[in-house]
Amino acid sequence: MGLAKRIIPCLDVTAGRVVKGVNFVNLRDAGDPIEIASRYDDQGADELTFLDITASSDERDIIVSVIEAVAAQVFIPLTVGGGVRKVEDVRRLLNAGADKVSINTAAVQTPSLVDETCGRYGSQCIVVAIDAKRSATASGWEVFTHGGRRPTGLDVVQWALEMQRRGAGEILLTSMDRDGTRAGFDLELTRAVSEAVTIPVIASGGVGNLAHLAEGVLVGKADAVLAASIFHFGEFTVREAKQFMADRGIEVRW
Amino acid sequence: MTTIAVIDYGMGNLRSVSKALEHVAPAANIIVTSDPKVVGAADRIVFPGQGAMFDCMREMDRFGLRAALHEAAGRKPFLGLCIGLQMLFDRSEEGNIAGLGILAGTVRRFPDAAMHGPDGSRLKVPHMGWNQVAQAKPHPLWQGIKDGERFYYVHSYYADPIDRHCVAGETEHGVPFTAAVARDNIFAVQFHPEKSQAHGLRLLANFVAWNP
Repeated sequence: MGLAKRIIPCLDVTAGRVVKGVNFVNLRDAGDPIEIASRYDDQGADELTFLDITASSDERDIIVSVIEAVAAQVFIPLTVGGGVRKVEDVRRLLNAGADKVSINTAAVQTPSLVDETCGRYGSQCIVVAIDAKRSATASGWEVFTHGGRRPTGLDVVQWALEMQRRGAGEILLTSMDRDGTRAGFDLELTRAVSEAVTIPVIASGGVGNLAHLAEGVLVGKADAVLAASIFHFGEFTVREAKQFMADRGIEVRW
Repeated sequence: MTTIAVIDYGMGNLRSVSKALEHVAPAANIIVTSDPKVVGAADRIVFPGQGAMFDCMREMDRFGLRAALHEAAGRKPFLGLCIGLQMLFDRSEEGNIAGLGILAGTVRRFPDAAMHGPDGSRLKVPHMGWNQVAQAKPHPLWQGIKDGERFYYVHSYYADPIDRHCVAGETEHGVPFTAAVARDNIFAVQFHPEKSQAHGLRLLANFVAWNP
């Protein structure tokens, strides 16, 4: 017995509502974030990730009040990402009740932001999110930013190692090729990164059924699996996902 | 009305801790404070900590909290959380610095060589997620919590006490390590009860009701 593999429902939030779409288009309303967070907590979610996909900066404060409300009633780890640019953004989200903050585009634009925030708040609360796409770089995957729209030329495995060196406590790895397709994780990508780094890796992008979650751990060697749509529309509960994984010999928390 | 001081020395997010305490003790007066006088006047002390122990020790001293912590740890119900547990010990390998010396022992990093699971898979550091706590002895703070229950962890270092009698709980991550320590009025945990859902809230409720 040991550390359980984590199941992390992801809530994409804009204008105070949870939404779900494919590559940030065709968004469908999935409900109230506080209600949904409480439901997943009841179902045994191990953590929750909130991704603020609000486009305009004047609406950024909405996510802060959402996190405050969730943190007052849900006592499991909360990660918040999306639009984090400065040390001040990290501070504001932590003060609102986030336990971890994920940094994506800003880590590419200003890598020292990772050193600085880890130095100030500790590695345990800094997650680096990497959007990866198959490409001709050394490992076979390239880092993309701006919601997966902009190529950077950076190799994903090298980038993950650099983020670890700069102090990141965890990697949230999303396959842009699979995100929204429901075809399953890019298992080769997940495994390549998870075996290269010594910090935990969360697999993300492409989950369409419970077998995909189990594969992420068993084949992809992920430490945690993240999914959104399979939970939001009532297809599966988190508890069903845990039962499925436990039946395949994966250690889960009950 | 009982007053619970959550000690704030600028290291990490104390909102989770105070929210969880408010949840389990709605009648208590919960004060997040860096004032040694307030710590001195409080009935119960919660001593959290996040980040690197080196920074935590420095900031704790910058706020002049050392004497108040020693005084409180000597006689009041005292709950250490995460780095708050580690700081109670003599010394840490992290930056090779001295701790408060309230408990004898050293804080060590998970050894790279031991970071393999039974199936040969690599164990990650930080040790992050939900792991089982084997209760090493009965204690009022374990009341209503089953032996082997899972709590949420995130840390790269753990305390290695010289006096094994103070070990109240153990967890395994490549090596067995100290999950909880207890001595007289002191209880401290390496995990985060404030983030450990029902069982974590139960432990906090037990602390609020504890009369050592």
